[in-house]
Formats: sequence, C-alpha cells, structure tokens
Amino acid sequence: MGKIRQRLYLIGALIVVSIVALVPRNVKQRVVDQTTGRMKDTTVRRLPINLGLDLQGGIHLALEVDQSKGPVPDCADAIQRAERVVRTRIDEFGTTEPVVQVQGRCRLIVELAGEKDPARAKGIIQRTAFLEFRITDMKNQFKDALPQIDAVLRKAGVKARGAATPSAVAQLFGGDTSKATRDSAADANAPGVLSSLLFQGQLPGEYLVPEEQWPLVDSLVQRPDVKAAIPRGIELRWGAQAESRGARAYRALYAVDSKPIITGEELVKAVARRDPVTNQSIVPFQLSHRGARIFSQETARHINDYMAIILDGRVQGQPPVIRGQIGANGQIELGSKPLQEASDLALVLRAGALPAPLTIVDERAISATLGADSIHDGVVAGVVGVVLVIVIMVGYYRLSGALAVAALTLYCLFTLAGLAMFGFTLTLPGLAGFVLSIGIAVDANVLIFERIREELVHGKSLRLAVDDGFLHAMNAIVDSNVSTILTALILYAVGTGPVQGFAITLIIGIIASMISAIFVVKTLFLIWLNRRPDMVTLSI
Amino acid sequence: MIRLFANANYDFIKWRRVAFSVTGLIMLVGAIDLVARGLNYSIEFTGGTSVQFEVAHKVETANIRAALDGVGLRGADVYNFGSDTSYVVRARLGNKASEGDAGTQAVADSVAHALDQSVGPGQYHIAQQQSVGPKVGRELQGKALMAILLSFVVTLVYLAFRFEWRFGLAAVVATAHDVVATVAFISLMHLEVSLVVVGAVLTVVGYSLNDTIIIFDRVRENLRKYRRQNLYEILNLSINETLPRSVLTHGTTIATTLSLLLLAGEVIRPFAWVMSFGIFTGTFSSIYIAAPVLLWIEKRWPGEDARGARTFGTRAPAAPAAPTPPATPPSSPSARTPQPAR
Repeated sequence: MGKIRQRLYLIGALIVVSIVALVPRNVKQRVVDQTTGRMKDTTVRRLPINLGLDLQGGIHLALEVDQSKGPVPDCADAIQRAERVVRTRIDEFGTTEPVVQVQGRCRLIVELAGEKDPARAKGIIQRTAFLEFRITDMKNQFKDALPQIDAVLRKAGVKARGAATPSAVAQLFGGDTSKATRDSAADANAPGVLSSLLFQGQLPGEYLVPEEQWPLVDSLVQRPDVKAAIPRGIELRWGAQAESRGARAYRALYAVDSKPIITGEELVKAVARRDPVTNQSIVPFQLSHRGARIFSQETARHINDYMAIILDGRVQGQPPVIRGQIGANGQIELGSKPLQEASDLALVLRAGALPAPLTIVDERAISATLGADSIHDGVVAGVVGVVLVIVIMVGYYRLSGALAVAALTLYCLFTLAGLAMFGFTLTLPGLAGFVLSIGIAVDANVLIFERIREELVHGKSLRLAVDDGFLHAMNAIVDSNVSTILTALILYAVGTGPVQGFAITLIIGIIASMISAIFVVKTLFLIWLNRRPDMVTLSI
Repeated sequence: MIRLFANANYDFIKWRRVAFSVTGLIMLVGAIDLVARGLNYSIEFTGGTSVQFEVAHKVETANIRAALDGVGLRGADVYNFGSDTSYVVRARLGNKASEGDAGTQAVADSVAHALDQSVGPGQYHIAQQQSVGPKVGRELQGKALMAILLSFVVTLVYLAFRFEWRFGLAAVVATAHDVVATVAFISLMHLEVSLVVVGAVLTVVGYSLNDTIIIFDRVRENLRKYRRQNLYEILNLSINETLPRSVLTHGTTIATTLSLLLLAGEVIRPFAWVMSFGIFTGTFSSIYIAAPVLLWIEKRWPGEDARGARTFGTRAPAAPAAPTPPATPPSSPSARTPQPAR
C-alpha cells in the first residue's frame, strides 16, 4: 500500500504543479488607450499560454541591410544599430508585446502581434534614425513654469490622481543633494496636478516619474494648453528606458533646449572602450570637420552643462556633463559602469550617425479573425478527435480503456502545463500536433494492454500478467518514442516559428504521454487490483 | 472482452510481391506526375507573394487572373480557398528573383494593384499575406533538405545502436519507401509544399519508424523464443501478434488526423492530408516492406549471431503453410548458436 501512496503523492504533486502553471494570471499588456489613442500599460487576466502570430493575428517581418545600393561592409554592426533604433520606437507600434531580435548575424526579426496595418509598421521600422545632442534646462525654466502649468491644468478641470506626498520625495532622495529637498519643500506649498507627479532628478532639467504614472504624465504634457505653457526654447523628452531607483521603477523626463547643438549627421565614429589608466568605461567619438567647428563653439559656451543624447526623440542614458571645449575628438566617460553600457551608448551614437537602410526579406501578415477561426476549428477538431479516441479505447478495452482515458485527460493537462511553464508558443501546426499526439499517446497503453492480454492467455495470474505486461511492453514503448522525439528535435533545430511550435508540442506531448500512459495507468491498475484481490477476470 | 484478430494467422509475407507491385505502381505514377508537373512549392520556398483574401460576394477568378496578367504577373495562380468567398492569389518571383528584394516588393505591389483593379479597393479583406524574398526562399529550401537528411542520419545512428544492422537496414528501406510514397502522394494530390508539410513528412518518418520498431522488437523477441522456426515464419508470427496493437493504434491516430482533415480548417489541410496518408503508408511499409526486406537481406547476408537474432537455418518453405508456434518455447538452444548476449 505504501508504494501506491507514494505514487499517488507524486501524481498529485504533478497535477497541482500543472494546475498552478495554468491558472489564469495577471499579465501586463500594452493596449491602446481609447481616449488618448496612445499606448498604455494595463493588466489583463488570461491563460498563461503564448499564442503564435498565426493564432492571434499580427505581422512578422524579417529585415536585412539593403545592399542593393552598394555593399555594406559590416552587416552585423548595421543590424545591431537597426535593432537599437527599432527598440527605441517600440512604443509607436500599436501592439501588446513586440518582439525585436537579431536572427543569425545579419537579419532582424520584428514580430508585432495584433498589429493590423503592415504599411504603418514598415514605415516605423524603416524610418531613418535621428540623433541629436541637446543641452538640458540649466536655468530650471521648466520648473519655474510648473506652478503655471498646474494652474492651466486646474483650470481645464484635471484633478490630481494618487498624488504622492512631498514627504515621500524627501524620503526617496533623502541622501541626495540638498537642492532636491528644497525643491520638494517648494512643491509642498502647491501640490499641483503635474508637479506632484514629478520628482527632481540628480541634474538640472531631469525629473523622475514613477513608471506606472508615465502614460498619465505623457498624456498631460502632450496637451496643447500645457505645451503652450511650457517656456519658449524648452522641450520635453522622455528617457528611453525605465530605471530603478531603490525598489521602484522610474521613467526620466528631461527638459531640454529646443535647439540641438549638433546632430548625428556630423558624427563619424563612436566605439566603446575601457580606459587602460583609470579602468573606466569610455566612449570616444569623432566628428566631421564641419561638426567639429560647431561643436567646439557650442561646448565652449556650455562648459559644466549637461548634454542629453537623444535618439528618435528618446534620451539615451543619463546626460553627461561637458567638462571643457571639445573639437573633432571627444569622449563620454561612464565612470565605473560596465562596459556593456558603454557599448550600448556607442551603438546608439553609431545608429544615429550611420543609418542602416533596411529591406524586408520576409513579410507575413495574418488577420486576427483568421487566427480566431483557426483556434476555433482546431479546438473543434481536437474535441472530436478526443471523443473518437475515447469511444475506441473504452469500447475495446472496457474498464482498462476507461483508465487509459482518465490518464489521457491528465496527459492533456500535463502537455498544456508544459507549454505554459516553459513559455513555449502555441502555433496552428502546434495545435495540430497536439491533436495528433492524442492519437499517438494511447499507443503506449495499447501496447501495454495487448501485452497484458497475451500474458493472461498464457495463463498467468492477474497480478503477474499486469506486472509482466507493463515490463515487457516497455522496450517497444521506449524505442518508438525515442525515434519520434529525435525527428521532432531535428524539426525544432531546423524549422522556423510555426514548425518549431509543432515540434515543441510533439516533444512535450510525448514526454507527458510517457508519464500518463505508463506511470499513471500502472498506479490506477495497482489500486484496482488491491481493491479487488478476489478478482478473477480483468476488464481489459 | 472484444478481441480483434486474436490468434490471427495470416500469411502476410506471401503477399509481398503483390504489395511491392502496388506500391511500385503508386510511386511510378507519382514520379511521372512529379516530372511532368513538378511539386507545388509554397511561396516560402520559391519566393514571391501570396495573398489570401475574403470578399462579401463571389468574384470571377477570370477577372482577377486578367488583372494579374495586366500587371505582368503571368505565372500567378488564383484559386478558391475553402469557401466561395475566400480566395488565394499566389505570384512566384520567377525572373524577378534576380532583382532580389526590390523584385519581391515589386511583385507584392503588383498583386495589390491587380486586386484593387479587379475586386475594387476596400472591397476585400486580407486574411493572410506573405511576401518572401529569393534569399529566404533558398535558405528554407536548404533547411528543409537538411532536416530530411539529418533525420535519416539520426535514425540510422539510433537503429544501429538499438538493433542489429540487418534490422536497421530493413527499417531504413521501409522509411525511405514512406518518404518516396508520401512525396508521390503530395505530387498526385497537388498539395502545396510548405515548411509545415515538410514537418508532416518528418513526423511520418518518425511514426513509420516507430511502427516498424514495434514489429521488429517482437521479431527479435520471437527469434530468441522459437529457435526451430525460420525467419519467414517468425516474421509472419510477429506481425500477427502485433496486429491488434497496429489496428488499435492506427485506429486512434487515423481518428485524430481525419478530424483534423475534416474540421481543422483550410490552413492546416495539406498537413492533415500528409499525416493521414503517412499513417496509412507507415503501417503498410512496416508489414510489407520492412519485413520482406529483412527476409531478403538475411538471405543475401546470413547472420551467424545477430545481437538478439540467431542463425536462420532454412529459407522460406516451398509451400508457405501457416506457421504454428510451439506452445512451449524449446528449452535447449541449438548447439552451434551462442546464447544471444543481452
């Protein structure tokens, strides 16, 4: 009995793990805000199974560097720059979870689930990148205008939502400059709509917005009346990424001069390096002749000012301070930050300097309705297939067949849980593979049951027949499943998206069927035999 | 209990020549068709543009074809896809391939232009659209070919590791037969060969091998058990013993592939066709190709000891009478045969 108990515990644990893996959970999704038309983050409760583009609709693009107008020497670098650029534009796509990844060396894959307009998506991706350097708002003109902006918003009837109290600011930047505390004290006197959402950053013109508030703040600063209230000569630019300060994530908002001191056109070269003397990460860059002349003038005027590096309207990293006049050759020092960050900055600079013209080599667009139809049809086919399998198994093997069917439901549960747990994507061929594998999954049970029947014919006792049946069938089961897994592995290695989805469901399905058909069914048999020790004939 | 084919005693091997003729005929017809028409490769492999679109009211495909001719896409196909209001237009790259990705874009634009002309702009809803450049097409061709070759190599290695080489060779011949027969089927049915269909062919390879292995497992076991019988009898006995399993498993698998074929929609249909046929041919080849080939190989290169097999004494009997397995396995192994070490 103890052995059976152990087996039941194990099966129970597997079931619990599978159910936990499949419980609908809150997933953060970016959706279009109906009122503003911009992207915002919401949490949606859904099954944690990723659907492929062919099931939820969307656009798949494969891009390469356009070599038709002359060869591009280093396509890998060009593709990396392009990836960096497309990533900064990610917010512009009207999709939930854009996938941007480099495939191989010289190909960029962009997958936009739910995107409907291929022309628009292609436009965003293929637009030339624009890099500019701008001085941040050194005179704090924007901050001085904040009370006025708050007043404008109050007049327009915008109410402060969940405004943080100034004391929170003080706590947050307690160890910071004394300036920050003074500013928050000033804010305390006038808890305005916008000013209550902004925290003073570490340098002039830098403000921090809690990550969850930034769509709201963005919608506020985009209002025409607010734009009119921002001082002339100042513009607002968001940071490219959220950064964590302590336990919370913040998005930086920069007030910068509206006129760039130099643009990416003048940049010739930028690399990442580690300074051999100071062991600090640096990014040396080189400017063109014309650029050097402008830059030396501008930097002479702005010594000790901060310079924001803006790619496609997004500030990249923290603006460095200008230490002195810079001519054709300059370098950005990142201090003790890892070299990776320096490489990233160099990539940004190069992306703005040398736009890589991209050409589309593979394009696939699937409408959401077709995807929904595919899911519906696939599920119907699956249900019918399962019913047929149940009829055949129970009709032929009776009670033993019913045990196999019970194991089959566990098989379905395990397979879906496996897909969810490892984050694999379910595609239409994957769905077909799942349906197919239900037919194949019972093979192990068929082999075992036939073997038990043979052992019974040979005159063995029930118990012995069951034990030997399982034992003798094992060879054939293992052999046949290994051969299928091997071909599925090859498919996974060589295939692309949908085919890989098929291979994955097949592999997970086979592993799940081994567990359910052998282990679970054997346990059920053991329980059955123990309950009825007097049984003479087996319903098989 | 219901017992299908209990104690079945059919002489399968006797029919091997008939079976060879039938499958040879299918392959021959398929090969002729293949040479005459060529395989219907999808856009993924050839490069080009395919658009699946839906319209509210039926349109004349002739109009669309005329419009496609008008924009200079002569080789383009237009066909119904599942329902009366769903169509697919497919334009391969052809001589545009030399222009690279610019040519691909040109073809895609031409197709859109032709649709606007014949169906009317905004009158159709695009369900699915794909444009593939020549380079990606060539890459996928290479990948598909490599997948098939690789699966053969891996299969061979696995069989060599798991079985004696005679068995392995017979299984590979049977599997190769399935691939050829499936390709002939694809050609005859004019199914579109996409990556997913290639995946189906590879799955058929795995499935067929699986089936052959089940029978060979039994052959190996019976060779050890019944030492007085010749291989011919052992093969027949093993096929008969595994017959109930074959019927049941193929029954459940066919049930699922048929429900996919009939219910899972147009997109997955070529896949379901290939799987359904593949299960059929996989079953057929395990019995009528793998077993007779093993018999032939054994006749050609008789084995002294064959890791699980043993010396086969007499050849196929003159009159293939129904073999009768002895009720109890003989206890004394023949003197000149070493006990199989396993």
